[in-house]
Amino acid sequence: MCLAVPGKIEEITGTEPILRTGKVNFNGIVKTIHLGYVPEAKVGDYVNVHAGFAIAVLNEDEATEIWSILNEMSQQKK
Amino acid sequence: MKFMSEYRDAESTKKYIREIQAISTKKCVIMEICGGQTHALLKYGIDELLQDNITLLHGPGCPVCVTPLDKIDKAIKIASMPDVIFCSFGDMLRVPGSSEDLLSAKARGNDIRIVYSPMDALDIARQNPDKNVVFFGIGFETTVPAVAMAVYRAFELNISNFSVLVSHVLVPPAIEAILSSPHAAVQGFLAAGHVCAVMGYREYIPIAEKYKIPIVVTGFEPLDLVQGIYMCVKQLEEGRAVVENQYTRSVKKEGNIPAQQLMKKLYKTVNRQWRGIGEIADSGLQLKKEYGAFDAEVKFNLRNILVREPDNCISGMVLQGIKKPTECAAFGTACTPEHPLGATMVSSEGACAAYYYYRKNNEHSA
Ligand code: SF4
Repeated sequence: MCLAVPGKIEEITGTEPILRTGKVNFNGIVKTIHLGYVPEAKVGDYVNVHAGFAIAVLNEDEATEIWSILNEMSQQKK
Repeated sequence: MKFMSEYRDAESTKKYIREIQAISTKKCVIMEICGGQTHALLKYGIDELLQDNITLLHGPGCPVCVTPLDKIDKAIKIASMPDVIFCSFGDMLRVPGSSEDLLSAKARGNDIRIVYSPMDALDIARQNPDKNVVFFGIGFETTVPAVAMAVYRAFELNISNFSVLVSHVLVPPAIEAILSSPHAAVQGFLAAGHVCAVMGYREYIPIAEKYKIPIVVTGFEPLDLVQGIYMCVKQLEEGRAVVENQYTRSVKKEGNIPAQQLMKKLYKTVNRQWRGIGEIADSGLQLKKEYGAFDAEVKFNLRNILVREPDNCISGMVLQGIKKPTECAAFGTACTPEHPLGATMVSSEGACAAYYYYRKNNEHSA
């Protein structure tokens, strides 16, 4: 129920921050999503979407952290 | 980067599991709050891979499962009124009320529709000005902003034939209720990533301090879950008890400020019944008086309906992590997803349904 699915913003419509919507691509399926809660989002950004609303812009720098930590851990043991 | 499939990589997940096993020296009990996490842990068999030292308990984080009986009965009552279109997320239709579920009310000819977003229900209201359109507003903090926006737009545009049956619940009071119960066995929590994407995680800091318990904000993919468990076990091994964030790609400490602002504007906290568990103080949200015209319980005068839970189902204990679904006499026999006795068997995120799908024959698909 609290699942949010990541998708990529392809197009943004509207200028008033709270009413903006966008075309968001979820692995090939494109849906119109409300962007009112992510005023900082731009075309090309990935957002987490729940119940038709983007609730967070995904941070690409943080996204790969998980593997660096894992590599570090296995390095330390060598 | 697609932000999804990469986090399902079996190799990295296994590596992390080995890291957990390497640092874990004593038995510990960790609870994941969110039903989506319960579902993933069972689906990928992570609980079984870790079972030597780590017991995973499943928390009350399935909003479908904890929606109180009286709200289901109210939903059916409203849906059965003339000139009403009742809109809901699909999961709610099969949750048993005291005498029937929404699906049977639909079969009786009532106009009950499944929608993907509360905004779809608002659109239906605009297209059907001669009908009363009511949305079943369930969900945790993750879902509240979506419902809030629908109410706020209805208020601004004066769409008076739209209202919401509000049944939102909040996670931190439930964590506190579990920790202060005399049955409390939980030593660490995985907090639900998407709840925190909205609310941030400041609220958890005093809880971690007060109960001396590690809380790790965790995502939903297998790799997220094993990293979250790793961080939690590491804290327990080192004798630390703080709030940490595993899900940094989606969660900021302060959360989503615009969403919180609208929530604050529209709702106030109230005591709320959790199905199977009972009342938890300040654990629910209700629309403020100014927005009463959009509150279906006010509009249809249903505030005073109260109903008692049946007692043939132990889902309350399952939801608090006191019993596992397999300890219920009805599990898989009298109670199945086709004929659920309790709400935890309905939603695929309910612990009973997750066990039914992934553990009944002791096999799992990875
Ligand atoms: S198996 Fe069915 S009856 Fe037993 S606790 Fe779960 S939902 Fe309730």
